[in-house]
Amino acid sequence: MLSNIGNTLLFLNILLGISIIYLSLQNLKNSKILISKKIYHICLFQSTFILICFFTLVSAFIISDFSIINVYENSHSLKPFFYKFSGTWGNHEGSLLLWVIILTIFSFLFLLYNKHHPKNYRIYSLIIQNVLILGFLFFLFFNSNPFSKVLPIPKEGLGLNPILQDPALAIHPPLLYIGFVGSSIYFSAAIASLLTNYSGKLFAQSIKNWVLISWSFQTLGILAGSVWAYYELGWGGFWFWDPVENASLLPWFAMSALLHSLIVLEKRNLLYFWVIVLCLLTFILSVTGTFLVRSGILNSVHTFANDPSRGVYILVFLSLMIFASVLLFFNKFKNTSYNLNSNSKETFILINNWFMIFYLITVLLGTVYPIFTEVLTDHKVSVGPPFYNTVIIPIVILFLLFMSVGPQIQWIKNKFYNLNLFFKILIGSIFINFSIVYLFKGYSLLSNFIIISAVFLVISSLVDLYKSYKKIKENYSRILSHLSFGFLILFIGLNYNFSIEKDFNLKLGEKKNFENYSVEFKDLRLEDFKNYKAVIGEFKIYNSEKNLNQFLYPEIRIYENPSTITYEASIRSGILKDYYITMSNIDRSDYYNIKFQKKPFMIWIWISVIFISLGGFLRLYQNAKKDY
Amino acid sequence: MQKKIIKSTIILFIIFIIGVFFIGLNKNSIYDTKNLVGQKIANVQLEHFSENRIITEVDLKKNNFTLINFWSSWCSPCRKEHPMLLKLNKEKNLQLLGVNFKDKKINALKFLRDLGDPYNVLARDELGKHSINFGIYGIPESILINKDLVIIKKFIGPISQDDYRYIKNIVRK
Repeated sequence: MLSNIGNTLLFLNILLGISIIYLSLQNLKNSKILISKKIYHICLFQSTFILICFFTLVSAFIISDFSIINVYENSHSLKPFFYKFSGTWGNHEGSLLLWVIILTIFSFLFLLYNKHHPKNYRIYSLIIQNVLILGFLFFLFFNSNPFSKVLPIPKEGLGLNPILQDPALAIHPPLLYIGFVGSSIYFSAAIASLLTNYSGKLFAQSIKNWVLISWSFQTLGILAGSVWAYYELGWGGFWFWDPVENASLLPWFAMSALLHSLIVLEKRNLLYFWVIVLCLLTFILSVTGTFLVRSGILNSVHTFANDPSRGVYILVFLSLMIFASVLLFFNKFKNTSYNLNSNSKETFILINNWFMIFYLITVLLGTVYPIFTEVLTDHKVSVGPPFYNTVIIPIVILFLLFMSVGPQIQWIKNKFYNLNLFFKILIGSIFINFSIVYLFKGYSLLSNFIIISAVFLVISSLVDLYKSYKKIKENYSRILSHLSFGFLILFIGLNYNFSIEKDFNLKLGEKKNFENYSVEFKDLRLEDFKNYKAVIGEFKIYNSEKNLNQFLYPEIRIYENPSTITYEASIRSGILKDYYITMSNIDRSDYYNIKFQKKPFMIWIWISVIFISLGGFLRLYQNAKKDY
Repeated sequence: MQKKIIKSTIILFIIFIIGVFFIGLNKNSIYDTKNLVGQKIANVQLEHFSENRIITEVDLKKNNFTLINFWSSWCSPCRKEHPMLLKLNKEKNLQLLGVNFKDKKINALKFLRDLGDPYNVLARDELGKHSINFGIYGIPESILINKDLVIIKKFIGPISQDDYRYIKNIVRK
């Protein structure tokens, strides 16, 4: 029943997509200045239908309709309501439906909110966007149909993979998708802009809010994924350079570069073709990421179960997209020469872009390198954190310094009257760095530089904040994001340097001492929960310096549906530090393997990222206020 | 002119990347066990558990069907599936090849003494390296093959009552 409703709605959406393209082409021919009302209506229907379609799938999950394969494979009647709901997008088909929803809704909203831009530009954007929508709808309908039936109807579902049953992960896909699927709209707009020669300042204004939306959500989405990895995977870190994580980071780099160069286009009418390249690149990278994750070409912790035909479909679609945009781009490309003064805001923004592109290429190389070696030399390699850390970290120092100076530079030509100020800030940062090192005791040259440059950015942003407060200029959003970025790197640096990590085996009743801490294995008990059994350990952490006791309860969970064992870390988050314990059983022994970690400033890493993205939302709010 | 060179370089580069992706997609990854069914097993080389010899394809062709079962004495689900294996041992058209996975010899022998020995041939994979070639993630896992060494089905986790019936049906056909 629900399966039929869902399929009908999907099919209706295909028809609507085709009719939008047809009507839009008709509309291009006539000489009216306005877009016909009919197109608006059909777009509204399209968005409504796809939402109803999504809610059909959601209700199939909620009422546990196991006649639908997707529900059968990914849900279970005993699963808590919240995870039944979020299970809708915790699988390939469901999340692809979410893709299409965001494509469709963004298409409608872009049409609605750009009324003062020329008709042809808007119509072409709509057509391109609908071509994308159709591409994904066909894929959804014929290859990855979330409403496929299973016969005979099973009595019970197989259950959602337990490590996906986590609140952070429930919100992770929607946030991330608004980010990188949202970038489709400026891909379409960029193509429309090339086709209609609608360039420059006005083009920048028409897409800037969309870039902001996708960038802010992408930031939050990456954060949610990272929080999930920290709390759920039990590896004790927040970023692992896993291919899937990288796939979400790549479009973020492109978006961040775009966000900045768009300012130059809007203010100085420069860099138009570069902005177009970034618009196209962002969405192409998003689809590439999807390809890498969904096709099974890469082995990673969280790739979905795969089927080679999916990979082929996405790859064909991706190739068409890339070739169409590259050919069109070269067809329209004009060599524009502009003189940039090396000491101007434009140049500094371009420097930001170089850094972003550098990071992008590094991460992209690291991610696809294993595929290349395997195909070309039949040799399996894996590129891990050491590669990324060595290549990226030293460059971050330079990046932070430019980031501190850049915003203070004036447009066109700058006079360095504030050199003196920067010098003072630098001295201050070095002083702060050494007092941190003195207080915490620990030393490495690279981390000193990281901390100095991060503090430098923080102080510069604070000075900037003070100045704007006096002048009442509206750039709090930028300052907020930059300041938080400085704090982010600072906290990551501190966290990395002053973490304690101990790995040892303990039996019930035993105690382990190291530095100022002792870890005592107090108790072990078995408990039954709604959808799993758990072996829970009780550990007492004693800090002899502060004479403080803390109790942590790591778990080994045994899930029935599907039968899986997961190791749940017990984490005590504090304002200054997190304690982190995981326990795993050792075969044929009474001993348990204990991993203890003290991680300073974890919470502040999350908070910094939230504020980075809040900067984006704040700018969005300011822009909206300006427009109306 | 310059524009043309850049354009063709970029296009060739993209074609190269997409080509590599495409080949990569069609390449079989050992870790991807979903596609195992229908493939042929080749290059079998397993150490015999008690005799000083290597088990090869020849041993797998001795009966119409072979169930390769990966197990260990320390794995509790293996105990659970053991009665099913003992029942399968009675099938005429089926031989059982056990692969003792990352186990100690004494413990493995005790396990078989206590619970019964269902295996026609027993191999040993002390380091777990050979099992990876069969696409084994963890144990217990079992692979059902026919005389042509083609994989008919792979069972992840313990063999259940349903799996037992499934194997029985295929073997008796």
